[in-house]
Formats: sequence, structure tokens, C-alpha cells
Amino acid sequence: MSNEAKPILRAVKLVKRYPNVLALDNVSCEIFPREVVCIVGPSGSGKSTFIRCLNLMDEPTGGEVWFKDQQINAKGTDINRVRQHIGMVFQHFNLFPHLTVRRNITLAPTLLGLKSLDEANAEAEQLLDRIGLREKAESYPGQLSGGQKQRIAIVRALAMNPEVLLFDEPTSALDPEMVGEVLQVMKGLAKAGMTMAVVTHEMGFAREVASRVLFMDHGRLVEENPPQEFFGQPQSPRLKEFLSKVL
Amino acid sequence: MHEALEWWRNAWLVFEAKFSQNFLEANRWRLLANGFVTTVEITIGAVLVGLAIGFLVAVIRTTHDKTGRLKFLNFLAKVFLTVIRGTPTMVQLLIIYFVIFASINVDKLLVAVIAFGINSGAYTAEIIRAGLMAVDKGQYEAGASLGLNYYQTMTRIIVPQAFKTILPALGNELIVLLKETSISGYIAMHDLTKGGDIIRSQTYDAFMPLLAVAAIYLICVCGLSWCVTRMERRLKRNE
Repeated sequence: MSNEAKPILRAVKLVKRYPNVLALDNVSCEIFPREVVCIVGPSGSGKSTFIRCLNLMDEPTGGEVWFKDQQINAKGTDINRVRQHIGMVFQHFNLFPHLTVRRNITLAPTLLGLKSLDEANAEAEQLLDRIGLREKAESYPGQLSGGQKQRIAIVRALAMNPEVLLFDEPTSALDPEMVGEVLQVMKGLAKAGMTMAVVTHEMGFAREVASRVLFMDHGRLVEENPPQEFFGQPQSPRLKEFLSKVL
Repeated sequence: MHEALEWWRNAWLVFEAKFSQNFLEANRWRLLANGFVTTVEITIGAVLVGLAIGFLVAVIRTTHDKTGRLKFLNFLAKVFLTVIRGTPTMVQLLIIYFVIFASINVDKLLVAVIAFGINSGAYTAEIIRAGLMAVDKGQYEAGASLGLNYYQTMTRIIVPQAFKTILPALGNELIVLLKETSISGYIAMHDLTKGGDIIRSQTYDAFMPLLAVAAIYLICVCGLSWCVTRMERRLKRNE
């Protein structure tokens, strides 16, 4: 990663405190253009909270989140505007069940006045072509499989032309046989140069696609390395133990 | 055999005579017809007022529950719900007519629409709120993550889904409201029930007019139920 490039997203000493737990404990991290950052760790380690703080789905209790040159958790920031540039893919897809696949994809760009309906439709078809689901354009989410839903959720986020995509355990709610098709789409995005932050349990994906892997435990960022070192020579005992269990 | 036939004949003749006395003589059926029109007018007006109030109160309450904003409005909404749901509809109707509008000359139909509308609004509010709260949290998040603001997320994503869930309950509320308007005779309105009652006072026959009134309500309610079921089925088709 070139050092001159400016990070797209930057978390500075993030703290997220719930009444009984410290979900994030001073987590700092930068995500640079074209990077794929995978975040792994045991459940309850704060990795979902962390990624959800990056677009303020969860409000951090302390610290700063920066999108390029703008501190987005500062007072007076129009967070809706910022979120137009930060896509998010959820564990449970969260497609809009009352809208067709096509409308799921075109709703936000047209409602926000970024594209005309014709442009949005044309782009939706292109995007659907890319994931091989063109024929599902007029279907409703309820008629799709989990893997298809998640691929469409990815495309829905892409339709906003985001500068970075956040994935919060995108394959955790899927049947095992459908994990592959979703990871395939994500690999394609990575190859095309999309900047991504991915919370995942798919170590194979992290090893193959990530430019950097982060290990979190008990709300802390414990270790951070390119995949080769991360999986090859883990430093901390906690990561060694974790890897020995999941690999 | 012969006696039984004779009995039925007599029964029919009595029925015929009573029918013509209660409904045909002096055009008494018009009392029912005009009363029915009034009942429908009150119901439609009150439904619209009730939906407007209900929606407003529900959005205030839901927004407060989800975001913590609108504290004062939420307090007012809670007081409103407590008072309206805690007192009988008839007392509310009488208060609005004899106290609030006592010194103003105002159309009674308007009074009834306001009274029943406010009352229905309180119940509708809780129905709509339940519907809004029942929509998965992920739907709000998906809307927000795409950069939609709260209002856009509400109108395009949450409300359409909530509508589907609450339709049966809303239909039920409409049916309750239609029947509840039967007390509007207490502010001297000539609604359907009052129409039947006037016939009774003229003919001294309770059976015919009251059964006719009951039958008309029943037919209306069955019709409404049928419409609601059809709408539900149409909305379900998209799932």
C-alpha cells in the first residue's frame, strides 16, 4: 500500500461503551483506496460493532470516524449524505420485501435524485447481468434463495456508486452451499478495485483476497497484518489460539 | 295438515301487514334510508379523521421510541391516548356536543365526525404504531445505509410494509367504528339506529324496525369484511 494515498475511512481511537460492556476499546484503523480489509475474531469481539461505527449505524461513544477529509461523527455532519458514498451489506440482507428486485436497486439512486429512472433501470440491468440474475429483475425478494438475496443486496449497494463497501458478516446467514456464490461476487469486486471492509468468518476468503487482516478480541484490535504473515506467523497468543481453532 | 297451512297463511298475512305498516305507510322506509346515509357519512368522515390522527400520533410515538426525539409531543400523545381510551365513546360524544360546541352553532354531522374521528384515532394510532414497530430493524438500517433520510425511509420502506401487517386490524377498527356510530342519536342525529327507533315510536312495533336496522348493519359489516379480505389477498400476492 502506497503511503502517499489518503485513507478513505479512518477510525481514530474508537470507543463504544454499552451499559455493561466495552464493545470497542480504542480501536484505530485506516482503510486505503483499493484495499480489502478483513476483520476476524471470535463472536462478541466487537468486529460488527466496529464496522457499524464506520458508517454510524452504531454511534461510537468516543473517538473519531473520518470519511476522507470529513469527520463524520462530528456535530453538524449530514450523515445521510456521507452514507451515500459508503455502501453496506448486512448479514440478513435486508432487502425491501415489498419491492421488486429492480426497484430495490433503483429506489435509493432515484429517490435521492442521483439518477433518472431510466438511467437507474439501465444500470440495474447491467449490475444484475454481472451477477447473473437478470431474469430475477421483476421478482420479489421472497421468491429468491439466500445467496441470490445477498448478491442482490450487494448490487443494491453498488448502484449508489459507493467509494467503499462495508460487509457485516455477509455469508453468516447463508446455507453452506450458497456461501460460494456470494464470495465469488465479492472476489470479483475486489479484483475490480473496490475498497472493502469485510467482517467475516471465511478464513479462506481473507487469506485469498484480503490486503490486510485485522484480528479483534474483547473490543480491542489485537493484530493487523497482510494475510501471509497473519496466517503464517501469528504473533499474539490469542490469535494463535483462535487460528488453531478455526483453521 | 290443513291447520298447519292455515297457520302459515296467517303468519304471512300478519308479516305482510306489519311490513307495510312499518316501512311502506307514510314512506317510513325513508327514515331508514336517510338514516343509513347519515351513518355512512359519519363513518367515512370519522375514518378519515381517525386515520389522520392515528398516523400522526403513531409516527410521533414511533419516532420517539426509535430515536429519543420529540419528547414533548410524545408526552402529549400519551395523554391523548390515555384520556380517549379511558373514557366511554358516548361520554366523549356528549362532551364534544354539549360542552365544547355548546355555544357555537355547528353542523351536528361535523360534531359526530370529529367525536368519532378523535375516538377512532386513538385506537388507530396504536394499531399503526404496532405495525411500524413490527417492521424489522434491518429495514430502517438498510434505508439509512443507502443514504435515505428518516422521512424517506419511513414513507418508502417502513410504512408500505407496516400497512400490510395492520390491514386486518384496521379493517376491524372500521367495523367497530361503523357500529359505534349508532350512538349518535344521543346528540339528536338521525342515523340508521335512530331511524329504526323513530319508526318504532310511530307504529309501536319494535320487532320489524329493529330487525331491519340490525340486518342493514350486518350486511354492511359483511361487505366490509369481504373487501378487507380481498385487499389482504391482493397484497399477499407480492410475497
